[in-house]
Amino acid sequence: MEGNSISEKVIRVFAEFKKVPVEDIKPNTTFEELGFDSLDGLNLIFELEEEFDLVIPDDKVQSMRSVSQVIEGIESLLAAKNEA
Amino acid sequence: MKRVVITGVGVVSSLGNNKSDFWDSISSGRSGIGPITKVDTSDLRFKNAAEVRGFQASEHFDDRMMLMLDPFAHFGVVAAREAIADSGIEFDDALRDRTGVITGSCLGGKETEDAFFFDLYANKKSRVPPIAIPRSMSNAVASHVSIEYGLTGATFTTSTACSSANHAIGQAFWLIRQGTLDAAIAGGSEAPICNGNLKAWEAMRVVAPDTCRPFSKDRSGMILGEGGAMFVLEEMEAAMKRGAKIYGEVAGFGMSADAHHLTMPLVQGAAKAVKAALDDASLVPEDIRYINAHGTATQANDPMEANAIRSVFGDRADDIPVSSTKSMHGHTLGAAGAIEAAATVLGMYYSVLPPNANFTEIDPECRVNVIANEAREGSINAAISNSFAFGGLNAVLAFKRFAD
Repeated sequence: MEGNSISEKVIRVFAEFKKVPVEDIKPNTTFEELGFDSLDGLNLIFELEEEFDLVIPDDKVQSMRSVSQVIEGIESLLAAKNEA
Repeated sequence: MKRVVITGVGVVSSLGNNKSDFWDSISSGRSGIGPITKVDTSDLRFKNAAEVRGFQASEHFDDRMMLMLDPFAHFGVVAAREAIADSGIEFDDALRDRTGVITGSCLGGKETEDAFFFDLYANKKSRVPPIAIPRSMSNAVASHVSIEYGLTGATFTTSTACSSANHAIGQAFWLIRQGTLDAAIAGGSEAPICNGNLKAWEAMRVVAPDTCRPFSKDRSGMILGEGGAMFVLEEMEAAMKRGAKIYGEVAGFGMSADAHHLTMPLVQGAAKAVKAALDDASLVPEDIRYINAHGTATQANDPMEANAIRSVFGDRADDIPVSSTKSMHGHTLGAAGAIEAAATVLGMYYSVLPPNANFTEIDPECRVNVIANEAREGSINAAISNSFAFGGLNAVLAFKRFAD
């Protein structure tokens, strides 16, 4: 899967971080189901910031607890960035 | 076993650059937290820290020493000099032989490394000065103090993140108690405010955008601070024989490892260290009348610490005044235990319990008796000071009011 939509890129970041096939990462997959603790979560957010060249604010991080929440968050941050 | 007393105190901090100014600020609940001035914060998500102000290192050190010392060593050495002068201790050859220097530092000379590595990577320089290594080594303070005063007893540095200084003071205490040393200069210092290190803390997402509100419902994280505190510890009989002023007794030390997680602290690990300190001091929970909390004001620490306190003290915790003085001097990492020991010991000495500043409303998850915003008068006989480090390494000191 080499798609370039935001959701495909996010899923690829998750899959690479967890060292699992992209097929294992579903939008409704939660951090808990992936076995993430707080430090894993921070490291994943860092990988996403690098991938999308974004700053993800601390309060936004609090609301990212599943793959779909991350996708929504990144989409809104990218939209805001493109408007700026 | 021998008893160990504190006969000298020295402090450099955002609350003042000597013991008296520090105590005046802390006992009146003034916070040293403000906008960061040492580095440009335009690209940082947090803008505040507890910086040392009005401290001119060149007033304390000649040009040659200025070349050799990182700011963390300025703070440590100046605090040690104040503690030694305050104690009135006079070193003869026999005492120098049996006095050690034991210091805590988490980061060592991080400002030095940051500046020299910037030269390499950004300024494309091909070399750094030969002083880079001696200036940045974490044991620099221990070494400089030992050289300056000719102290040749057991001398070393502990580096256990936020517990460094408590581990250092605890080791110094035990070495005197067991008779290995007669006296020690012990404490910690830290200078964490450089760009590389602030960026690393930003990535941890635990630094508050505003200020440090330990145990408060609206807390939003920790605030970094810089500074140092040092003590002269002496074997009690020797101190009494020379008529030394005695601030208090180091009564016990306890440590433990969570064996759990690098950044998520564990109630059981913290409680184990508190219990170990009480046992080591032959104190029972009823004796403790003040707790200087680790109290970082992060989401993770404060409820964990409150639960650890409750697990050791039970419902008695409702009546034990607790404050985190980090609300005023910030989290000084490897210096934290030392600056907080100064707050605790001076508090006992002056019968004033330092407050927990910036407090609005208790977090129901943190069921402790917080000394909200204003110091409390109170003559107490025993207190503990907690340090719980990243990596799950815990160190707790127990102090007693001195009575021979």
